[in-house]
Amino acid sequence: MAWQWFHRLGSPRWFYQKTSAWMPWLALASVLLIGAGSVWGLGFAPEDAKQGNSYRIIYIHVPAAFLALAGYYIMAISGAIGLIWKMKLSFVVMRAAAPIGAVLTFIALFTGAVWGKPTWGTYWVWDARITSMLILLFLYIGVIALARAFSREQVADKACALLALVGTVNIPIIYKSVDWWFTLHQPATIKFTEKSSIDPSMFYPLLTMIIGFYCLYAWTLMAHTREKILQREWRTSWVQQLMRGKSMTESKAG
Amino acid sequence: MHPVRKQRLILVLVLVGLSSAAVALVTYAMRNNMNYFYAPSAFAAGEVPFEKRIRAGGCVVPGSVVRAGDSLDVRFALTDGKAELEVVFDKILPDLFAEGEAAVVTGRLLQDGRVRADQVLAKHDENYTPPEVAESMAAEASCAGGAKI
Repeated sequence: MAWQWFHRLGSPRWFYQKTSAWMPWLALASVLLIGAGSVWGLGFAPEDAKQGNSYRIIYIHVPAAFLALAGYYIMAISGAIGLIWKMKLSFVVMRAAAPIGAVLTFIALFTGAVWGKPTWGTYWVWDARITSMLILLFLYIGVIALARAFSREQVADKACALLALVGTVNIPIIYKSVDWWFTLHQPATIKFTEKSSIDPSMFYPLLTMIIGFYCLYAWTLMAHTREKILQREWRTSWVQQLMRGKSMTESKAG
Repeated sequence: MHPVRKQRLILVLVLVGLSSAAVALVTYAMRNNMNYFYAPSAFAAGEVPFEKRIRAGGCVVPGSVVRAGDSLDVRFALTDGKAELEVVFDKILPDLFAEGEAAVVTGRLLQDGRVRADQVLAKHDENYTPPEVAESMAAEASCAGGAKI
């Protein structure tokens, strides 16, 4: 059956057991990449001709903003899969993605403000890029709040998925705002179709940080999802068994 | 695909499509307000109201910055490659303000066609270059001619 693998993917138990093996590798990859990228970007990459050292905030700002946008699609697509296939795991991933996305969006806004003061001369302006990014933060917070507003999990899941899906329209707006309208924020530096307007000596540490953030995102999303799986499935025999097994090894170790 | 699931998939796509269309129409209707500033050619075309708080953005014309000897008063011209706009300002300019670089000013359009600014922001471009590379590029101004702002 063509759809069999897809439905197996929807089993929380299968997901929990599979990801147990991936978690330490993802953690290791994120620590190595973000560690190396930070030292490289902050210590060894040359300073910018115009901004001096303050440009180095891009090593946090750009990866956080990337993942804030990509993470929204992960949340919305998980919600859509949950709505269409009634897949429990998918809703769990959606709910887990919301707080991570909110934190990343906040980091992007905060580092942008810190950089804006010495570069532009102001912490904040209401231009299209920054305002649409603030709306993204509110969308994430909206999903978190909506999830807690219902006592029945299934109703909350559906409501969150609908809000997440309606909010997807904001993502291309954020991405293209700097091209469609006059904004104070500069257009994209990393381009997919033409040459990026950043020197390679500054770009490679940035790329390292971006990949590192992707690994960290995957790790955080999995950790949150696994925790929520245990909370939702605590009545099932496999979770009970798992918990008994854990407490036994803990008592042995203690 | 199961027909019920197919139906739900179509519903989801319709939901996303319709909400996107609604937002697209709203932003299209508000397209002038979506811009953070007016370009100098909009001033030349008379699209900007007098004596209202507005923003103007463009490339600082090289050689146009004139500072008063005894005060902070400064005047300069902004361009988008099509028109020039004269700006007067009496406060401290941001560090990254420079000729050949983009700037965004907030202020009022005076009857004589100049803008009296109460805030000047430097608009940084998307280029990141180490000092040696920047020097070898012969100090090329990043928005020369104002083609890009």
